[in-house]
Amino acid sequence: MSDEPSTASFPTRRQRLPTLLGRWRRSLSPTGNTGDAIFKAAMFSAGLLLLVLVVSMVVALLSDSMLSLRQFGFGFLTGQAWNPIKGEFGALPFIYGTIVSSLIALLISVPLSLGIAIFLVEQAPYYLARPVGFLVELLAAIPSVVYGLWGIFVLAPVLRVYVEPFLAKWFGFLPLFQGSITGIGLLTGGIILAIMVTPIISAVVRDVLEAVPSSQREAALALGATKWETTRVVLVNGVPGIAGAIILGLGRALGETMAVTMVIGNRPQISISLFEPGYTIASAIANEFTEATQDLYLSALVELGLILFLVTFLVNGAARLLVRSVTRRTAGAGAPV
Amino acid sequence: MNQADRLRRLNSAVMTTLTAVCTFVAVGILAVILGYIAWRGIGAVNLRFLIESPQPVGEGGGIGNAILGTLILLLLSSAIGLPLGIATGVYLSEFGTGRFGSAVRFVADTMTGTPSIVVGVFAYAVVVLPLKHFSALAGGIALAIIMIPIVSRTTEEMIRLVPQSLREGALALGAPQWRVTLGIVIPAASSGIVTGAMLAIARVSGETAPLLFTAFGSRFFSYYLDQPIASLTVQIYNYAISPYDEWHAQAWAATLVLMSIILTINIGVRILTRKRF
Repeated sequence: MSDEPSTASFPTRRQRLPTLLGRWRRSLSPTGNTGDAIFKAAMFSAGLLLLVLVVSMVVALLSDSMLSLRQFGFGFLTGQAWNPIKGEFGALPFIYGTIVSSLIALLISVPLSLGIAIFLVEQAPYYLARPVGFLVELLAAIPSVVYGLWGIFVLAPVLRVYVEPFLAKWFGFLPLFQGSITGIGLLTGGIILAIMVTPIISAVVRDVLEAVPSSQREAALALGATKWETTRVVLVNGVPGIAGAIILGLGRALGETMAVTMVIGNRPQISISLFEPGYTIASAIANEFTEATQDLYLSALVELGLILFLVTFLVNGAARLLVRSVTRRTAGAGAPV
Repeated sequence: MNQADRLRRLNSAVMTTLTAVCTFVAVGILAVILGYIAWRGIGAVNLRFLIESPQPVGEGGGIGNAILGTLILLLLSSAIGLPLGIATGVYLSEFGTGRFGSAVRFVADTMTGTPSIVVGVFAYAVVVLPLKHFSALAGGIALAIIMIPIVSRTTEEMIRLVPQSLREGALALGAPQWRVTLGIVIPAASSGIVTGAMLAIARVSGETAPLLFTAFGSRFFSYYLDQPIASLTVQIYNYAISPYDEWHAQAWAATLVLMSIILTINIGVRILTRKRF
């Protein structure tokens, strides 16, 4: 209930300042209640703080990587040598390792996640879908370092003894599966990542499939479509959202740190063979940050962090927009935490 | 039934079975991982392991300081992250209809996918470098930054579930909006907000990467915020990459402790909120 009308005539000198204050107050609270104005301002500043945080992250990473940015420029991204002792810092091996391990992860986890989401939304009965869905989501609750521990002591030996010899025997004509078999390398990193992003992709795809109107399913069934043909109709409806889910999984895979660090071998090299050790951007930061004694070395590592931050921010942003375009009608398709 | 129809049915049966197999594989992996942790961890967990601090190889030792450190880090990050996250969530649900609101919402969504190692680098730049040494404070701030976007989005969703009629009723009785929000809306959504907060705490309790060069880790009991502090996750990492079998066994035992905490929170929240979701 405003006591002064907003369309006041010319304010006299005495009134001017209170009017300005009043206008600001009304913009915060249409009721003119001081408590409301304070409350809204406080909540607003919390939201503002989040934006300030993101901006200051970019600024802090930029300023701390300035040394490396000035010294290497664009060549940082294409340099193949990473030799801190000689002062050579090229990020290409890390970029290569990050991309290859993430691609392996997607290659495995996308079909798996689609299958899970389709089963849980389209096929499983209600009493089964909820508990099983929860179990799949629990995979996302396992910390990265635990996946790493399991990767070192269970997955890597299994790959070394069974999987990699099998691949080398039957697909050894491909350069991908040649070289020495150690169980530690790009392939192991990719498989661990696949397990880690599967719950994330499948949760978002579930949201997307659930948002497809059931009239689509009924129409397909009424035309005599089989169960699978109906599912395909549903999938076509959700394509942008599924694409978003996959990109979201990619974003997660690009930035995963501990588990990959523990199984990928941590050698800055570019090799075609997936059996060979590699290195990712995130694991380079994790491993070398506390060792970096020279300013340039530290600066180069911060620049790696900046690259990772910008890339994952763009990837995640794009994914969110895609997912939101499908699930907008069902309010709040939030983060699959 | 003609040949083509039979093929269609066969195709449908095969594909639907395959989706069930996918689900079975995922649940199977979960069972294998959890089962292996329980099998390797259970033998090494005892009271002394839970309360002692680490010792050199061959002399036993425990993870008491790491448990204390993780608790301190969680308290610190909750003290910073929960109020800010909840306030942001309240802003988004009660006021965030405009362009600014969507910007905050988008940034919060995108931040939940930001690699935690990057948050660690940021905390290093703004806390560790100025203070010139690793500290529990830096670790707590890093974890809080990870918490804020998660908590804000779950809070927003939970508050949105509160029926509009409740707000209108309170406003009609003459209550100002701040009292409506603080006295009616937030209490009505409180169990959901607590759920979101618990899940966020469970999530950051498993974070390692942002602690490596902020809280750093320590082999002693410490409760000073300006000193390096131990945490379960960093301890697990250091033991896992060590060459000693004894430390590997301790890593599994520490993992069992960590997983018990995380699973208890996740399953507990699930049971408490079964009706709502």
